[in-house]
Amino acid sequence: MLNVKIGAQTEVFADNTELSIKVPRLRLVDVMMELRNHPDYKMDFLVDLTSVDYPENLTVIYHLMSMQHRHQLTVKVEISKENPCWVPSVTAVWKAAQVLEREVFDLMGIIFNDHPDLRRILLADDFVGHPLRKDFVLQPDKNTSQDGGV
Amino acid sequence: MQDMCNVLETCEEKGTIRTQEMNINYGPQHPSTHGVYRAVLTLEGEYITKCVNHLGYLHRGMEKLAESRTYTQFIPYNGRLDYLAGMLCEESYVRAVEKLMGITDQIPERAEYIRVIMSELQRIASHLVFYASIALDMAGFTPWTYGFRERDTILDLIEMTAGNRMMPNYMRIGGVAADLPDEFMPALRKLLDIMPKCIDEYHGILTGNEIFQARTKRVAPLSAEKVLDYGLTGPNARASGVDFDLRRDEPYGIYDRFKFNVPTRQTGDSFDRYIVRMEEIVESVKIIEQAMKDIPEGPIIAKVPKLIKPPVGETYSRIEHSKGHLGFYLVSDGSPKPYRTHIYSPSFVNVAVFEEMAVGLHLQDAVVAFASLDIVLGEIDR
Repeated sequence: MLNVKIGAQTEVFADNTELSIKVPRLRLVDVMMELRNHPDYKMDFLVDLTSVDYPENLTVIYHLMSMQHRHQLTVKVEISKENPCWVPSVTAVWKAAQVLEREVFDLMGIIFNDHPDLRRILLADDFVGHPLRKDFVLQPDKNTSQDGGV
Repeated sequence: MQDMCNVLETCEEKGTIRTQEMNINYGPQHPSTHGVYRAVLTLEGEYITKCVNHLGYLHRGMEKLAESRTYTQFIPYNGRLDYLAGMLCEESYVRAVEKLMGITDQIPERAEYIRVIMSELQRIASHLVFYASIALDMAGFTPWTYGFRERDTILDLIEMTAGNRMMPNYMRIGGVAADLPDEFMPALRKLLDIMPKCIDEYHGILTGNEIFQARTKRVAPLSAEKVLDYGLTGPNARASGVDFDLRRDEPYGIYDRFKFNVPTRQTGDSFDRYIVRMEEIVESVKIIEQAMKDIPEGPIIAKVPKLIKPPVGETYSRIEHSKGHLGFYLVSDGSPKPYRTHIYSPSFVNVAVFEEMAVGLHLQDAVVAFASLDIVLGEIDR
């Protein structure tokens, strides 16, 4: 299904019948635009956008779907844990990405370049840290829990 | 009076009288926000010129909590996602874990049928809360009592099976927790028999009401393009003509065995979002009727290990929840606890469109348009 057009540096691999591709972050917006606009793909629907903190890198995962062709694709971007970690925003491709990227920024601390309004969304503005990072350890609440809680 | 008019006219000529812009907090503690949702609305007179969502008042860090619990221990948390449709949230989660373990084909038939009956009952209950609350937001108290009447019967059915009305903790990885009690089927039969009459009553008291129609028709319409762009799912998308229902188009479980329609509308205004949900109640009743007829005897849970250790891998699984697609993205590292659990909640994405939808509306129309989106805060804030 995927032709050469979306990229020389794109790795395609399929496992458990779920097709997924790995894209370098500098080419992400181009690839996504192509996936949305090309009549063969027509990925007009952003199903989900999330991230995982692996020991070796951070991965942003995009689940895409085409309403017309009814096919699905997973796109992954791996970024090293440098400071700050960033990926380009895909809000120009799907508006649905706006809140989902804000959520990833809030909980995982990944910066989405060119996002129109990148603020915390679920946590308070003065919260320190990004809870879904593996180095963010849950602390028992000394005030409410007798036995160590959590 | 004449003097006053003269003064106003002179002021207008000089440009010294202008409508002052006003910022108001809509919520977080207000019944029409259906929870602890807050929007900062900028008003010019009675018209909204800007709307900014503020979420997170109910954030409990569920995704992080899941990482320190086993797969089974996380099931009860799902009832706290969408507390109006706990069964559906649990079903979505257990289906994701089953997919991750690769045992989707081992679920006993009876368990699948029970899941369908429970989920569709819960969908009706959820839509009835929507019906009740959209009426209440327009100060219609009587429809509220009508909607909650049948919802309570449904919650009684859930209680007699699962032991709890709203947080059922009933779905299990590989099946369901308990078999249907003897008194369940007669009670369900009784409910299904009165349902057509009740639906007529709902329409009679609210749908045909002139005030209701004036406040919802052609108010806050959403085009199909906007729906796709904003990623809206469920009844909100179908009201705008996006004809997509996971139960029909990507059938999970045994949904491919049932005959039902997927109601759609074209305009996508508040009225369409309302009527699509009312029609979905009828379709859910149809599905339950078929499931009741075909339900076989047999085991209710597959043989799954006590300690669930899915193989290393990842999966994305979603079901048609009463508010849209509820998806789970699970990553397993082979240990008894998930490496990562991500919950894609439909209301979280659906509520984002309100920022754009509210602009240009009257304040009181925005309240109704917000109610027509049918969001629930437990699921938005997770």
